[in-house]
Amino acid sequence: METAKGERWITWIIKISGYSSILFVSLILFFLAREGFPALGEVPLKDLFGARWYPIEGYFGIWPLIFGSVLVTVGALLIGIPFGIGTAVYLSELAPAWIKNILKPIIEILAGLPSVVLGFLGIQLAAPFFRQFLNLPTGLTAFTGAVLLGFIAIPTIVSISEDALNTVPSTYRHGALALGANHWQTIWGVTVPAARSGLLTAVMLGVGRSIGETMAVMMVTGNAPVLPRSLNALFLPARTMTATIASEMGEVATGSMHYHVLFFIGIVLFGISLAVNLTASSLALRSRKRAERLLS
Amino acid sequence: MSVKISVQNLTLMYSDGVESLHDVSIDIIANAVNVLFGPAGGGKSTLLRALNRLNDLADVDTAQGKIVFNEQNILDPATDVIELRRKVGMVFSRPAPLPLSVYENVIYGLRLMGERSKTLLDERVEQSLRQAVLWDEVYDRLNDPGASLSGGQQQRLCIARVLALEPEVIMLDEPTSALDPVSTAKIEGMLAELKERLTIILVPHNVQQAARTADYAGFFLQGRLVEYAPEKGLFLKPREKETQDYVTGRFG
Repeated sequence: METAKGERWITWIIKISGYSSILFVSLILFFLAREGFPALGEVPLKDLFGARWYPIEGYFGIWPLIFGSVLVTVGALLIGIPFGIGTAVYLSELAPAWIKNILKPIIEILAGLPSVVLGFLGIQLAAPFFRQFLNLPTGLTAFTGAVLLGFIAIPTIVSISEDALNTVPSTYRHGALALGANHWQTIWGVTVPAARSGLLTAVMLGVGRSIGETMAVMMVTGNAPVLPRSLNALFLPARTMTATIASEMGEVATGSMHYHVLFFIGIVLFGISLAVNLTASSLALRSRKRAERLLS
Repeated sequence: MSVKISVQNLTLMYSDGVESLHDVSIDIIANAVNVLFGPAGGGKSTLLRALNRLNDLADVDTAQGKIVFNEQNILDPATDVIELRRKVGMVFSRPAPLPLSVYENVIYGLRLMGERSKTLLDERVEQSLRQAVLWDEVYDRLNDPGASLSGGQQQRLCIARVLALEPEVIMLDEPTSALDPVSTAKIEGMLAELKERLTIILVPHNVQQAARTADYAGFFLQGRLVEYAPEKGLFLKPREKETQDYVTGRFG
């Protein structure tokens, strides 16, 4: 009798915890929509997706911001993916145990480093270096942001990729080696393809981490909302969606047009993140389903 | 009978000081099924892995003694390990087809060797799959993923991919431990045919299989080779008490 009662309590507590997380997320969505969607009525759609962001003069074109985010994120991934996966392969397949035991915790600590610290390092070290080295008018560019974001994404990518590679059954490796594959052929021909879905998840989480990152990019990208016109834009100041919200939200009048547009940017950002996450999980799910079908 | 591989006074130690093989000397006889059996942890798998140097991956610390194969001590660091592994093929206890199609699984080793001739590859696929008694079951789905086959078929696929390299020796480490009796019978029958052409080393997964398949049998207990005898001698008239206890089911 007593235990049955206790059990009911526990069930209730767990139920409430579960429902509350759904509730909180839907409340966030609700307020985001309530504050953001009015922007669609206040600013003509043509202007909202215009090429000029200059809120004081009433220009609310968010394309430069979207492009700024995309530019910095793609740049970050071009840096983060090869380094991240390369490091993971080294850790899981090549490094001696003692190096791995030292490196893995360090990389995980790196993942927890506050981005403002990295932003500070970016301003103090990376920006002046790039300005001199690449002979640019300013070191605060999309490229600097991309490099920094790449560094922020690397620990996430390394950590998850390494776990994925570790779960590849060692029978695959031994099978390949016993057939006369060398170490290199085993890694690229067997281990990495077998860990494909995990590596994809790692990359997608890296994308998520990059596109949502605010502080570091705000500090080093130079904050100029200019629509990129050529690849050269990589070496000019840019501004991301996140940086725009963070820097302007504090000064905006609640309920004004500008305020609503900033929330609308939040909706766009949310949409992009959602799309990235859905793609990642559906890809992971598809390959898992395929594996299950094959093994059943 | 001729000796294919001669293991001489082999002692293997793991880096944590655990001894895995102690002073083992055994001759692997050519064109015969050489059975190594005994309870778990006896060093059978370690010996197999020493024969194709797969132990290089594990943390094996010291190796004393010699393993002579084709007049060469394969424990010599100068040995071409990849060449050795092609000649001394290995099949593992859990079937692990690579994440590739049936066809690609079979020719994986050949591809690694740089073989490109489509006719030779096609030929070798059919020949290896026929030798592994799998051809009739998979000839119409060579492009399906290897993992789509049943457990027993997967294991024969793994045998076929070793045979495709035309090895001189094939080692099987409990190849039927995860399989049903029908698949087990198929694999045992296949071994009897294969030994015409190559040397087989089998770690069986029980005493019955050891007795059924052995041309020569060695009994391993705690890293030592307790007894070694041709034919069914070990099972019918064991010399050592430990062997007798094990084969009659008093322990194990």
